[in-house]
Amino acid sequence: MAKRLFLYPVWIRIWHIINAVLFLILIATGIAIQFAGKSDGVSLIRFDHAIAWHNTMAVILIGNYIIFLLGNWMGVNSKHYKIKKENFFKDLITQAKFYAFGMFKGEKHPFPVTEDSKFNPLQKIFYVLVMYLGIPLLIISGLGLLFPEILIKQFLGVSGLLLTDILHISVGFFLSVFLIIHIYTCTLGDKPGTLFKSMINGYHEEHD
Amino acid sequence: MKILLALIPVIFSVNFLTVDNNPVMQDPEEQVVVEKGIENNIFAEDNEACLVCHGEVTYELTDTVLGVTAKRNMNEDYYINRDKYYQSNHWSFACTDCHSYEFNIFPHNTSERLEEHFTCNDCHAYDEAYARYQFENIDLEYQESTHAELEGFSCWKCHNPHSYEINIRNTENLEKTILYDNNICLECHGNFSNYQLLSDNAEVNFVTNHEWLPNESLHFKNVRCIECHTEVNEDMLVAHKILPKEQAVRNCTECHSEDSRLLTTLYKYQSREFRSDGGYMNAVILNQSYVVGANSNRILGLLSFIIFGGVLAVIGFHIIIRIIKKV
Repeated sequence: MAKRLFLYPVWIRIWHIINAVLFLILIATGIAIQFAGKSDGVSLIRFDHAIAWHNTMAVILIGNYIIFLLGNWMGVNSKHYKIKKENFFKDLITQAKFYAFGMFKGEKHPFPVTEDSKFNPLQKIFYVLVMYLGIPLLIISGLGLLFPEILIKQFLGVSGLLLTDILHISVGFFLSVFLIIHIYTCTLGDKPGTLFKSMINGYHEEHD
Repeated sequence: MKILLALIPVIFSVNFLTVDNNPVMQDPEEQVVVEKGIENNIFAEDNEACLVCHGEVTYELTDTVLGVTAKRNMNEDYYINRDKYYQSNHWSFACTDCHSYEFNIFPHNTSERLEEHFTCNDCHAYDEAYARYQFENIDLEYQESTHAELEGFSCWKCHNPHSYEINIRNTENLEKTILYDNNICLECHGNFSNYQLLSDNAEVNFVTNHEWLPNESLHFKNVRCIECHTEVNEDMLVAHKILPKEQAVRNCTECHSEDSRLLTTLYKYQSREFRSDGGYMNAVILNQSYVVGANSNRILGLLSFIIFGGVLAVIGFHIIIRIIKKV
């Protein structure tokens, strides 16, 4: 029997696509800045262009993040980000086992998608870490790099700017890795394209 | 993730252990046991004969016949700030070490006033004690610099013999060094009254001229003008070949890259020290400041490639199983 749930309202879909595009541009320009070479001919993006695009997209990302926070705060979407303490690790392991073995044995999803719970435990913990820890850290450290005069000059003998940079790049790196995993796990729907379609039309579709 | 986070302090501690932030440089000036200052200059009393007028911004002129006394401003070129002089590189000198003894006669004779001044190399060239500063090469570079084309230009226009302090070897406070060195350029390039004494060019505003630089003020605070406006010479400690403005560096990645130009300019002393320790060079920039593009850390870079590769490998393996199992 087919299941069709409306889980992704218009604002989430628009926010999500904007976030995705911004992320891709920020990753590309971030890599261009981090691995800048002396010969601009070799780089795909010119250093000064990369800086300008990275800064501009970052400011838009901050605006988009505020929309996400307000949307979750005012609407019902925040319920999907609430992590239950009971069986926390057990549920994570159950879901991981499903991805590693269960799905190949034809087992059913251990945490089926419902209107009240659209994320499985692994999704939930990753999305919470990304949206409520990763992105804020990225924004705060990014603002520090954009306005270096606000930063502590030295911390334990190391430049405050450098520490902020390391934090920014490390978080950016982990979010990039998350993006790869996120895109891949989105191919784990009924068909590889099913979940991508959901983020376009708003409906989660599943067949028994 | 935990592994990486755990490694970050280790990586930093490695840098702490291997980078000497303040390499001890043996300057002949630093080998002087006596501390700088007026109280330790054995000629201080003699010097007062000159400084009684030249050490004041104003002086009194008296017409003994008419009995009129008037206050006059000392010409800026002839004013010596005592505090700066006795802290400068030449602090221990008597005025008459460099200037004719006949200056003790007042009013000064025209022949003394037209006396030719020493240049740096009159004392410093071909002297073993100063060999490491390469004064002879500095002179060769200067002769090729755009400043040498100006009539009336000399070493003293940038390095005032009465106040100049070599401070780049003192890396404890790099910001102070940068400010000091940039102020030398701004004496003329930021002050049109001085600029027009040597050039017929129209007034230029160096702030608007550099507006193309992102974070302009940060650049001014964190690098010296000569980083971009001189030709890098690996053999020189401080480049002296000032280039015409058209040839100044405008390519961001000259500095903002792992093999940053700054390693052969501003951070040259530390680079040389560090290179001999076998470290990777941009660590000297890593520990002391922050230059986007030049701060990539090889260890973190390698770690990120391993993590990224690992994730791709797991995904690839998962895809293969999915294809085999037709899931």
